[in-house]
Amino acid sequence: MLPPYADFLGLSIEASDGAPVLVMPFGPDVIGRPDFLHGGAIGGLLEMAAVVALKHALDADGGGRIKPINVTVDYMRGGRDKLTRAQGTVTRLGNRVANVEAIAWQDEPDRPIAAARMNYLIVR
Amino acid sequence: MPGDDNAAPSIGFDPRLFFKLRFVNHSGRLGIGYRDHGDDWVELTLPYAEELIGDPSMGVLASGPILALMDMATSVAVWRKLDAFKPHATLDLRIDYLRPARPGQTVIGRGECYRITRSIAFVRGQAHDGDPADPLAHVAGTFMAAEGYW
Repeated sequence: MLPPYADFLGLSIEASDGAPVLVMPFGPDVIGRPDFLHGGAIGGLLEMAAVVALKHALDADGGGRIKPINVTVDYMRGGRDKLTRAQGTVTRLGNRVANVEAIAWQDEPDRPIAAARMNYLIVR
Repeated sequence: MPGDDNAAPSIGFDPRLFFKLRFVNHSGRLGIGYRDHGDDWVELTLPYAEELIGDPSMGVLASGPILALMDMATSVAVWRKLDAFKPHATLDLRIDYLRPARPGQTVIGRGECYRITRSIAFVRGQAHDGDPADPLAHVAGTFMAAEGYW
């Protein structure tokens, strides 16, 4: 279900009430400056969480292919040496465009380390 | 790391030497390398790799590695504009994905720091896969130095 890039990040999927939660382990493959996650790895995780949430919503709505239009990532806290979780939320699923948000956290979801907002083009 | 607590940004920063350090980290694992630089800009390369594919049916790179490339290129551009290494963190980064990267092609990311204040650096950049006039991504963002850039 997940593409090669998700394996590259070491992602696994956790079931949840809403969209699936993605879990990323800490390690040399995803660090930037010593002892902290790389902003690119956090952004990649957020994008994967958004894609998983959107596919989840799209499958329940007739399916379709998606193409990323843009992403804006806000980095709020340094990512430390522990598991990072991320979950996407589809705020609007239109016929041609979807608006999706995603947050990444380490301890509690209400203390995010980063959040992102994306637009996706949908080809039905 | 070529870190330095010297308040005067005069020690010089050479991105070519920086990338020769071959860090065991995310950008090293992605294979991101040095290509070129100027006073306030840097060009880095991201080689195509099957393990970075986001859409297996098309063989197109995921957007995440391109985000990481542009985060790195704009970050290093800040150190070029300062001509010094200063620890900083990405505050925000926005990417427009103009088109998919061509399978098999190395992606070239150019980052530029166009304005820097004591605590915030403003950056922008573009990525292409051979022809700078045919960009595949455009970025704008900010970095913050917790201890200040000077």
